[in-house]
Amino acid sequence: MFILKLIIRNAFRHKLRSVLTVIGVAIAILAFGLLRTLVGLWYHGVEASSATRLVTRNAISLIFSLPISYKDRIRQIPGVKSVAYGNWFGGIYIDEKNFFANYAVDPQTYLGLYPEFVLPPGQRENFIRDRKGCIAGKRLADKYGWKVGDLITLRGTIFPGQWEFVLRGIYKGAEKSTEERVLLFHWDYLNETLRKTIPRRADQAGFYIIGVTNPDQAAAVSVAVDQLFRNSLAETLTETERAFQLSFVSMTEAIMIAIQIVSYVVIVIIMVVAANTMAMTARERIAEYATLKTLGFGVGHIAVIVYGESLAISLCGGMLGIVSTFPAANWIETELSQFFPAFSIRPATIYFDLLAALMVGAVAGIFPTWRGATIRIADGLRRIG
Amino acid sequence: MAIPISYSFRNLWTRRLTTVLTAAGMALVVFVFAATLMLAEGLRKTLVDTGSYDNVVVIRKSANAEVQSGVERLQASIVESLPEIATGEDGKKLVAKELVVLINLPKRGSNKPANVVIRGIAGTSLALRPQVRLVAGRMPRPGSAEVIAGKSIAERFQGGGIGESLRFGMRDWTVVGVFAAGNTGFNSEIWGDVDQLMQAFRRPVYSSVLFKLRDSTEFDGVRERIQGDPRLTLDVKRELQFYADQSEAMAKFLRILGMVLTIIFSLGAMIGAMITMYAAVANRVVEIGTLRALGYRKGSILVAFILESLFLGLVGGLAGVFCASFMQLITISTMNWQTFAELAFGFDLTVGIAGKSLAFSLVMGFVGGLLPAVRAARMNIVDALRAT
Repeated sequence: MFILKLIIRNAFRHKLRSVLTVIGVAIAILAFGLLRTLVGLWYHGVEASSATRLVTRNAISLIFSLPISYKDRIRQIPGVKSVAYGNWFGGIYIDEKNFFANYAVDPQTYLGLYPEFVLPPGQRENFIRDRKGCIAGKRLADKYGWKVGDLITLRGTIFPGQWEFVLRGIYKGAEKSTEERVLLFHWDYLNETLRKTIPRRADQAGFYIIGVTNPDQAAAVSVAVDQLFRNSLAETLTETERAFQLSFVSMTEAIMIAIQIVSYVVIVIIMVVAANTMAMTARERIAEYATLKTLGFGVGHIAVIVYGESLAISLCGGMLGIVSTFPAANWIETELSQFFPAFSIRPATIYFDLLAALMVGAVAGIFPTWRGATIRIADGLRRIG
Repeated sequence: MAIPISYSFRNLWTRRLTTVLTAAGMALVVFVFAATLMLAEGLRKTLVDTGSYDNVVVIRKSANAEVQSGVERLQASIVESLPEIATGEDGKKLVAKELVVLINLPKRGSNKPANVVIRGIAGTSLALRPQVRLVAGRMPRPGSAEVIAGKSIAERFQGGGIGESLRFGMRDWTVVGVFAAGNTGFNSEIWGDVDQLMQAFRRPVYSSVLFKLRDSTEFDGVRERIQGDPRLTLDVKRELQFYADQSEAMAKFLRILGMVLTIIFSLGAMIGAMITMYAAVANRVVEIGTLRALGYRKGSILVAFILESLFLGLVGGLAGVFCASFMQLITISTMNWQTFAELAFGFDLTVGIAGKSLAFSLVMGFVGGLLPAVRAARMNIVDALRAT
C-alpha cells in the first residue's frame, strides 16, 4: 500500500512534466485506436460474409459478365439450394462524392440468400411487386433523408442514362456487421431497358450468388460450377463469399499495411517521449534512491517504485486516450461520413489500446529502473542535480 | 549582448541521452511527414508523366474510366475524321482507337491475383505515347496472338516475362516484348493488337479514342464539336486531366491521411520537446541566474533556449529526411478504386519536400521550446541564484 502511494505521489511530483507526458501518451493511444479502427473497417466486408454463400463471376475479371442462362445450369448442380444473380450497377447519386454500392439483383432469390437484410413485412412484398422499386439500407436512407415512396435517380456510369427508382423499403441489418449502405433494385428493370438501348449487353448477369445446402459442400460445389463452364465462351470463377471479399481487400493491401506500420510508429514515438521523461525523472532522483537504499530498502523496492511510476503515467495516458477515442470516432463518423460512413470502435481495439499503453510504460521504465536499482549508495549520495 | 551559439549547442551535447531520445521522436515524425508528402508527390508525378497535355481522350459520357466506357465503331470513325487531329511523320493521322479491359492475373511468388489492364493498341498508339519505349524483344505483329508487357508486369506477374505466355479469352498469348514507360501507369499494362483482343473478349466496341491535337489551343473547339454532335454521346478530356481525375480519390485519401497523421504525430513530438526543454531549464536555474548576473539580458536567455530547441528540431529533421530518402527505393502498388486497376507509384523526394520537412521540424522545435524558454527568461535573478 505504502509503495502504491509513493508511486502515485512520485508520478505527480513534477506536475507539468507528468501532465505533458500523460497528454502525449493519450494522443498516441487515440491515434493508435483510430488507425486500428480504420484498418478494421477495411476487413469489415470479409467478416460480414457467410460460409454458405458462393460467388460466381467471369474468370477473366470482374468487368466481364456471364450469360443469364447459367442460372438454370448452376441450379442443377447437387448441393445448390438456390441461385441469385445481379449486376454491380455503379450508379451515382447526384454527385460523385455520394458514393454507395448499388446492385441490380433478382429480389426474390437475393433476399432469400441474404436473411440478414431485414425488411418490415409489407415492404418486402411491395419491393418484389414493383419493377421500378428499390430498397436501401437504413444508414443510407438516414444519410440522404429518404423515406419509403421517395423517387431516387441514379446516373449510370456502366449503364448509361438516368435511372429512376421508387424506394419501396428500408432494410435493417440483423447483425451489427451487416452492411446498411447498399441500394438494391430489380435486375429485370435494368435488363428490359438494356434490351431496348444496348441489346448486346442484355441478358447478362455480373455475378451469381449460390446458396449451398451445407457449408461442407462449398468446395465441391464451386469446383463443379467451374468445371461445368470450362472451355466455354464465359468461363467462371467460383469462390466463397469470404474469399471473394478478401481478394478485393488484398488488392488494396499495400495501403493498409502502410497504415498499420504507421500505427505502430506512433506508439514508438510516444515510447521515446515517455522513456525520455522517465530517464530525466530517474536522473533527478538518484540521490533519493540512494537514501532509500541507505534506509534499508532493497533493490526490488526501488525497482518497483521506478517501474510503477512509469506504468502509472502511461496507463493514465492510455485511459485518457481510450476515453477520448469515442467522441473522436463519433466526430469522424459525422464529419467525414463521405470516407468513413461507419466508424465504430470494437472491443478488441480497446484491448489493443490498453496493451499498447502498458507496452509504452514497460519499455520506457526499463532503463531508469536499471539505473535506479543498480546505483551504488555512495555514488548516488555524492551526486548533485 | 548575445549568448554564444556554442552555449546552446554544447548544452545538447552534455545531455546526450535525452537529446538523442527527443531528436529520435522528432525524426520519426518528420519521417512520417516526409514520407506522406513523398507518396503524394510520387502519385502526382506518375499521373503527370502518364498523360500528355496535347493528347485528347474520348470516352463514353458519364463513364469515369476507360474500363467502363464503350465507344461504338461508328462513333470512333466520326471522331477519327476530325480535322483537328495532328498528322504523324508517315502522313497518317495520330489517332488510336483502343480497347481497355481488366483481367485477373496471379502475382509471381505470392500467387495473389490482381487486376491488370489489357490494352488493345493500334499502330499509332506508341507514337502517341513518347514515354513508352520497347526495352526487350519486339512489337507484336498485327493480327497475331502476341502481346507486349509493361516492365512491372513482366517482373511481378506469372507468365508476364518475355517468351512466356498468358492465357485469357480462350487463347494463349505469347509475350514477345517488354516495354518501359518511365514513371507512368503504363508499366502495369499489357498491350496487344486491338482487333485480336476485341475478338477474344467478344467486345465489339472500343473503350476509348486517343488523338493528338494539331494545335494545342484547339481543344475547346474539338470538345464543343464532339459534344454538340447528336450522333456522339462522348466525353472529351485532355489526357493529363483524364488521368488526374481517375486518381482523384486516391490522391485525396493520401492527402487527408497524411495531414491527420502529421498533426497527431507532431503534437506528440512537440510535447516531447517541451518536456526536454522544461527539464533543461529546471536543471540550470543557477546557471541561468549566473548568466543574468553577468549581464546577459532576458532576451538573450530567451534566444539561447529557443536556439537550443531549434537545434534539437533540426537534428531530428535531418535524421528524419535522411531515413525518408531511403523510401524512394520502395514502390507501392495498390488497386485504384476508381478504375479497379492496379496502380503503382513510388515515393519521390524533391528539394521542396526536404525543405518543407526541415521547416516543419524547426517549427516543432520552436513551439516545443518557446514556453520553457520564456520561463527561463522570466526568472528572477536573486531567486535563481539562491536555488539549489
